[in-house]
Amino acid sequence: MTSQSIDPPVARPDLSTDNKTKPDIGSVVFAAALWACLVVSCLFLLAVLGAILVEGLSRLDWALISEQPSRLRPETSGVQSAIFGTLWVMLGTIVLALPVGIAGAIYLEEYADNTRWWNRLIELNIQNLVAVPTIIYGILTLAFVVRGPLSIGPVALAGSAALALLILPVIIITTREALRAVPRDIRDASLALGASQWQTTWRQVLPSAVSGIATGTILALSRAIGEAAPLILVGATVFVTVNPDGVLDRYTVLPVQIFNLVKLPEADNVKLAWATILLLMIILLAMNALAIWMRNRFQRRW
Amino acid sequence: MTDHPHFQKDFLMNESTPATLPTAASADLDEQDKALLAKLNTRKVPTPPSQTKVSAGMITTEDLGVSYGDFLAVAGVNLAFQRHEITALIGPSGCGKSTVLRCLNRMNDLVPSARVHGTIRFRGTDIHQDGVDVIELRRRVGMVFQKPNPFPKSIYDNVAYGPRVTGMKPASMDDVVEEALRGAALWEEVKDKLKQNATGLSGGQQQRLCIARTIATRPEVILMDEPCSALDPIATAKIEDLMVGLAEQFTIIIVTHNMQQAARVSHRTAFFTAEADEHGKRLGKLVEYTTTEALFSNPEDPRTEAYISGRFG
Repeated sequence: MTSQSIDPPVARPDLSTDNKTKPDIGSVVFAAALWACLVVSCLFLLAVLGAILVEGLSRLDWALISEQPSRLRPETSGVQSAIFGTLWVMLGTIVLALPVGIAGAIYLEEYADNTRWWNRLIELNIQNLVAVPTIIYGILTLAFVVRGPLSIGPVALAGSAALALLILPVIIITTREALRAVPRDIRDASLALGASQWQTTWRQVLPSAVSGIATGTILALSRAIGEAAPLILVGATVFVTVNPDGVLDRYTVLPVQIFNLVKLPEADNVKLAWATILLLMIILLAMNALAIWMRNRFQRRW
Repeated sequence: MTDHPHFQKDFLMNESTPATLPTAASADLDEQDKALLAKLNTRKVPTPPSQTKVSAGMITTEDLGVSYGDFLAVAGVNLAFQRHEITALIGPSGCGKSTVLRCLNRMNDLVPSARVHGTIRFRGTDIHQDGVDVIELRRRVGMVFQKPNPFPKSIYDNVAYGPRVTGMKPASMDDVVEEALRGAALWEEVKDKLKQNATGLSGGQQQRLCIARTIATRPEVILMDEPCSALDPIATAKIEDLMVGLAEQFTIIIVTHNMQQAARVSHRTAFFTAEADEHGKRLGKLVEYTTTEALFSNPEDPRTEAYISGRFG
């Protein structure tokens, strides 16, 4: 036993003396570093946006949408085939990814028993899939969809498959969050009335979560629309000058089209590439704005 | 009370049961129940339920206990809830009365860590035995929750939801909705705004809507988990009036913190308490179960008396 002592173990400054004026060097340096990081990233963003506007605005005209790419008349050409390609690929992506993603999220959130190791393994895997480099999804699709078992060739549907795999984990995670936001009360009330788990999910939980699911899906699609890496492996490389007729036709998409245009020697085609970048930026901003608007408009306060 | 052939049979999963009011098939059963009730009521001194292993009742529990993980929350509960009566479960916080209530329609199944021990019988059928359809059980044993929890839908759809999901095919859904809303004393207030969202109603109206929603599925028992704790005194009085009327058609079991409420509305009262063991773990127990009049005027157990007199001042 040590002797009872009321003395503090270390000498402490007297609170009444005015010795708090000494600035803490560490805090100041750290705050300055944080501000510097913020300024640098904002400057980069502004520089990029400014450059795109300056270079691309002059060619952001109707021809960009109404004309096909051309090496003979680059000054009046457009990227219509890539716009249609992007539309077809996105349509396929929605059809492939949305039902599977929502179903997966419903299973994990409403049905799965979290105490089982396989359900925890699935969860862990889905979180890891978000971090997988996108080119890996391209290689996977090349091996199993373009060639291999399915062998559908380098068509728009293959691009959809690659992008669907890419955004599936994002859709599952955002859908789960939307489902989790629906209060337990609603489920209890429905179950206590003699509704089955399926009726409760389908009639009460999903309708309440639909705006959250839609918001997450739009954000996931806006990520997919800007992807080039996985699509280069599954067919979107060629210089296409006709619109695809459907999901089983050859295709190109906006990001890949930009990549192709930049490589061309004509100055007008490079200008067209800038305008295409601007177009892509506008589409992305519009999608994000829609997602934010939906989130705010339909958000339910419980 | 092991002989309820009709109900044992149609309770089973593979037997599809139309969710309608008990009719001709159960008429003789009502007589049975009445006879049993009469016998029970003519007893000079009511047998304490803890000494009656199985007694006649709509729902009976035998040595019921609930644990959450390693923690035993409540144990040794023997109760018999009588048909067309209001039974109140009272006691201090943490005594397990809500837990017991949630066992009766197996809502505790939804809590992953919860385990139920002992036996609960609904009209003689062990509700945990193989083949019992928990969905059918919940159609017959409805529940009203502490916090009013209407669906974010129209008033009409809130009431019609139960009949729709349980596959009732009424000649007119409008009539079913009107009848249920009248039954919950809400019709006059909402008849002109049935298409409006239920979340726009006041708290008391929402709770009466939840009651209407429950009675629309024609259950036999209604469990109420502190239904008035979120309401003001006027809304509370309305719901209490309602309960007394509903007891003519339904068996009601109510958990309440409000002893005056138990005394005002219930026919029988069960008093629970929580006692800490030597490790400081609190275990809920049933102390006394008898008629409300007897429990409040002449409690047998000193703990009951202490609780009642302490609260009444």
